[in-house]
Amino acid sequence: MKILVAIKQVLERDAQVRVAADGRSIDEGDAAWTINEPDAYALEEALQLKEREGAGEVVVLCAGPERAASTIREALAKGADRAIHIVTEEEGPGSLAGRDTLGVAALLADAAKNESPDLILTGLQSDDLGAGQTGVVMAELLGVPHATLILQVERIGNGLRVKRELEGGWYQHVEMPLPALLTIQSGGNRLRYATLMGIKKAKSKETRALEAGVAAAAVAEIAKVYPPERVKRTEMLTGSAVQIAAQIVEKLTFEVKVL
Amino acid sequence: MSGSGVLVVVEQRGGDGGWNRMSFEALAAGQALAAELGVACSAALVGVADVIAPLAAELAGKKIKTVWAMDHPLLEQYTPDAWCVALEQLIAEVQPQYVVFPHTYQVRDFAPALATRLKQVLISDVTAIRHDAATGPVFVRQWMQGKLNANYRHSGDGVCLVSVQAGTFRADSVEAGTAELKSFSPTLDASQIRTVPGAPFREAAQMVDLTAAPVIVSVGRGIGEQDNLGIVEELAHALGAELAASRPICDNGWLPMERQVGSSGQTVAPKLYLAVGISGAIQHLVGMKGAKTILAINKDPDAPIFEIADIGVVGDLFEIVPALTKAIGEAKQQ
Repeated sequence: MKILVAIKQVLERDAQVRVAADGRSIDEGDAAWTINEPDAYALEEALQLKEREGAGEVVVLCAGPERAASTIREALAKGADRAIHIVTEEEGPGSLAGRDTLGVAALLADAAKNESPDLILTGLQSDDLGAGQTGVVMAELLGVPHATLILQVERIGNGLRVKRELEGGWYQHVEMPLPALLTIQSGGNRLRYATLMGIKKAKSKETRALEAGVAAAAVAEIAKVYPPERVKRTEMLTGSAVQIAAQIVEKLTFEVKVL
Repeated sequence: MSGSGVLVVVEQRGGDGGWNRMSFEALAAGQALAAELGVACSAALVGVADVIAPLAAELAGKKIKTVWAMDHPLLEQYTPDAWCVALEQLIAEVQPQYVVFPHTYQVRDFAPALATRLKQVLISDVTAIRHDAATGPVFVRQWMQGKLNANYRHSGDGVCLVSVQAGTFRADSVEAGTAELKSFSPTLDASQIRTVPGAPFREAAQMVDLTAAPVIVSVGRGIGEQDNLGIVEELAHALGAELAASRPICDNGWLPMERQVGSSGQTVAPKLYLAVGISGAIQHLVGMKGAKTILAINKDPDAPIFEIADIGVVGDLFEIVPALTKAIGEAKQQ
């Protein structure tokens, strides 16, 4: 089975986030970058599927500027066989941020079409913009069936049986033919680390660079980005750990009344 | 704009056919948006007649222009294909300017594809709708797990699709009135449905009911590693609290999934929710923001949890938590 895994490079979780001078995007500055966590689970699922079947290929697909190469290398070191990097501009209308969901999904779908994969996996949402739509839109553009919030993937006959998370602790199984696209929920597997051997091997693996096409005008326009206003007035406690603990105990005793 | 009016697509549960309660929040959002624009608000139900008829009858008592009951035997169980095909036809019939959805797991599954068919982009997981007389409605979404807000506007003259986050609008603010009922039968063929859904099921019966706990100590990514959980367990013990966690802790297998609070776990409203090392991604906040008092300990002063916390401590949880456990123990002995 040929499995394509669409991954995104995002800011590290602990990164300091500032609004850029244009007031409509994030100031990337000297931020540290990493793989979008749900995409890491998609990659893990793909690698385990290949290992279970004992055959096949895992191809990583990533759209982003030059810096995304580090995240692609990490995916190759974890065990992906090769990669496709759709190189976008750093900023402006040709960048990733300059495109809306449809624009980004179209970039990925065009590259996927040429590969004719049996299965496409991606994370259920990105940790940065969190729209949670790219995979579903890709499936629609490619004309393949999809399912979202998937925790387990099983091969049955010529198709798949997947476990889908519903709300409030419920699940369901869904069956579908191949080719198909799944968006993967975190927690279905344990993530692996790249081994030294994997890192060494990654150096000789192929990464094909594709030029990103011209972006269409965005349907969903971003007017302004800003830090959220506080809804509640939070009483901030300060001092040494012991002083803070004493203040909390007093509040829990006299105000919250749980002691 | 080519269309007019607001259409709210409401949702019933797959299992027993009762309401998904977020439907009424979406309806409140749709009514408010329609009022602001000076247009009518309609609603749509998708399913089979015997399930949606009682729901449609309930909506007939709300301030809605038309309740569209869209029924077809192939809509008995949810599939993204059937929902897309059916709703595309209803949108062509009704010609709304805005379509509002509750941001449920089901909507996340099909609405992006429906938007693509309509050559549009769903503005998903909206946490507020603001009105700007000059440019039309502005839809607020969160970026970076809640560290930033982004204002979105829909451009072009096509239909605008929006899904609203849980807790953004109040279900009890839906206005009463009278609505006309109309049925709509989409043209739908079994060959258009490519996936076969199974019946919803639960894993082993849930053992821990966090919803009844008056005090909850909840732990997040800030704890760093599994071996550090002990200090939080001791704090929970000292307080007589239930121990809970945000999703990443359960994903890692450090605590069982049944202790998870958030959109994919339990929704709680205790007297005290003590959040330790939890940054406060929206998926977590929707599960606990109903707590009477929220106390947050986090090293990041910009963590979104402080936006909803009543009491906040910016600092090192590895110093503060043991000190607090000790102080609680001493207070109890007095």
